[in-house]
Amino acid sequence: MKHVLTLIVVLPLVGFLLNGFLATRFGGNRVGKGFVTVTACGLPIVSFLLAVACLVRLQEAGYQPLIETAYTWAVIGGKSFEISFYFDRLTAVMTLIVTGVGSLIHIYSAGYMKDDESYARYFAYLNLFLFFMLMLVLGRSLLVLFVGWEGVGLASYLLIGFWFEDPEKAAAGKKAFIVNRIGDAGFLLGMFLLYQTLGTLDMDRINAAFNVATLPAVSASLVGILLFIGATGKSAQIPLYVWLPDAMAGPTPVSALIHAATMVTAGVYLIARLSGIYLHAPGASALVAGIGAATAFFAATIALVQTDIKKVLAYSTVSQLGLMFVALGVGAYGVAVFHVYTHAFFKACLFLGAGSVIHALSGEQDIMKMGGLAKKIPVTFATFAIATAAIAGIPPLAGFFSKDEILWFSFASARGGSTFLWLVASAASLMTSFYMFRLLWLTFFGASRMSHDVAHHVHESPLSMTGVLGVLAALSAIGGFFALPHFLEPMLPLPDVVPALHHCEKTLIGIAVVLAFAGLAAAAYLYGGGARRATTLRERFPLAHGLLLGKYFIDEVYDFLISRPLLWLSERVFLRLGDRVLLDGTLNGLAAWAQRTAGSLGRIQTGNLQLYAFLALAGVVVALVWTWAHV
Amino acid sequence: MDKIQVLLALSVALFAVGLLGVVIRRNMLVMLMCMELMLNGVNLSLVTFSHQLGSTVGAVLVFLIFVVATAEIAIAIPIVLMLVRQKHTLDINTFTNLKG
Repeated sequence: MKHVLTLIVVLPLVGFLLNGFLATRFGGNRVGKGFVTVTACGLPIVSFLLAVACLVRLQEAGYQPLIETAYTWAVIGGKSFEISFYFDRLTAVMTLIVTGVGSLIHIYSAGYMKDDESYARYFAYLNLFLFFMLMLVLGRSLLVLFVGWEGVGLASYLLIGFWFEDPEKAAAGKKAFIVNRIGDAGFLLGMFLLYQTLGTLDMDRINAAFNVATLPAVSASLVGILLFIGATGKSAQIPLYVWLPDAMAGPTPVSALIHAATMVTAGVYLIARLSGIYLHAPGASALVAGIGAATAFFAATIALVQTDIKKVLAYSTVSQLGLMFVALGVGAYGVAVFHVYTHAFFKACLFLGAGSVIHALSGEQDIMKMGGLAKKIPVTFATFAIATAAIAGIPPLAGFFSKDEILWFSFASARGGSTFLWLVASAASLMTSFYMFRLLWLTFFGASRMSHDVAHHVHESPLSMTGVLGVLAALSAIGGFFALPHFLEPMLPLPDVVPALHHCEKTLIGIAVVLAFAGLAAAAYLYGGGARRATTLRERFPLAHGLLLGKYFIDEVYDFLISRPLLWLSERVFLRLGDRVLLDGTLNGLAAWAQRTAGSLGRIQTGNLQLYAFLALAGVVVALVWTWAHV
Repeated sequence: MDKIQVLLALSVALFAVGLLGVVIRRNMLVMLMCMELMLNGVNLSLVTFSHQLGSTVGAVLVFLIFVVATAEIAIAIPIVLMLVRQKHTLDINTFTNLKG
């Protein structure tokens, strides 16, 4: 097939159009749920199969990138802007994750959303999301990537605010969109700068331009930082991470899709894809690593005390993304993508497992009202436990391999690795292990804290959900054995290791394993005995607990420092002064002036016929006299 | 003063009397009559000049003016009638509806 890459991207769009136009109230409900399920789940699966076929073809071509131009967007002067797709090792990995995990989540959704009245609308948005994400991943030029980048922002807004009748959920959607837009401004500026200097937006050409002896006349650090600002928005890093925890307002499979497999990894993908720039920007790279480490640590501390099952997972996502950025910052791009890949499996499994729990408990999300579910929903429990062990870094599950590599490079990379970075990242890993096992304990072990009503209705989810959980758990278990960094190495070479530190590798692996088990032990100790010890600990440090429970009050600080001054400025300066006084005032003033003038001139019109006649006569006389005198 | 000058003076006098009447009299019918006087002042001057030039063009024009004046009166009188029906008066000063 000639246009196979285009087909991969366009198929979900077809699903969106079909479902959006035929199955919703907007299109007159022309087709039923069966049609929606088949098209919405089927088309992403076809995309996935096509992506596999592309990978095979890539292999046959000796890993020469496949390039395919779908459409010439615009020709301005000598420059042409094309929508073209680019398929190399990195794209292959990302496309397979997006379509693979995406398809699984679609199938799961068919069970989870079965009784929702907006079933078709949900799947239409889900397909739309996948379309934009594939555009983002497959685009050759930054421009196409940006279309996808904005598109996933739009689709995430639609999905997070899916239950828009609830104002809080609609607000969460808005928040995600606006926070993302702030990051996008940085991304756009970086793009402008690149285009101005290099005259191209094709990412392979940009990398090539930075890979020569004479660097382009643009500061790589500046471009790097600007693009990283975009990445902090999409990938929920400090200071723009605030949207992600709120984004849990969407349906749970959406959280899995957005926060595990696709959207939040876009920032990681962007930096890995443009690694050519970051290789020449040690300053920007240090910033990336620093922000990543700070986010990983910071989010992990918040996750320690959250009681909403999805909030814990949300902060864990932010924390894991932080670790990925640490890897990017120390030059281990392949390792970051490796963690994206393993994270996609276990985090999707965790979110979908959480969805299954919520489904079983008829909507309950508070882990303090769960407990003892292990026997009642065994499949969910088993898969959730495997994914928890994977994210905690228990060997030999997937998370262990990727996290260990991140920790190793954060310690020993010659491109900015340091003991401090390693310490922070390790602390984050320890906390990850702790809060994940805490979640597991509170949800599945111990005595039931459910109300009698809820406990009575607990039921295992249907096969479409548990089956997906099984597949994802299996992938979380064995996914780490595929040496992804090695596969990507010809494209994204791993950084050199400081020679003096070579001998530490074994020790570090040992420490990482010990930390993972330490987290498990701590959680078991604190929550094993009916959570009494945890309560004691909480009562001893009420201040710290309050600070963490309030998420460091960052939302409140943002509200006070940014939202309110902006609101004040809009209300007082722009609305009252600018709009009402300046704009409306000018127009109303002109109109009033015209009215006043007309009022005074109108007095000449007395309505007295004889006066008119006299004036006409006087005029004629004056004209005659003037003519006689002058002609 | 020859005959032509006398006639022209008479014509100016007729026109002036008519104009004065239009400007100062309040009665609408009198104003209409004064307008006729003005027309006839003009007619007289036309005939006089026509006689002086030995041409009949001016005299023919006079007949045209008669016709137009008749038509004008035929419309003006009903208008006056309508106005009178409204306010039961012929005073032009009561009709100042166009005052700005």
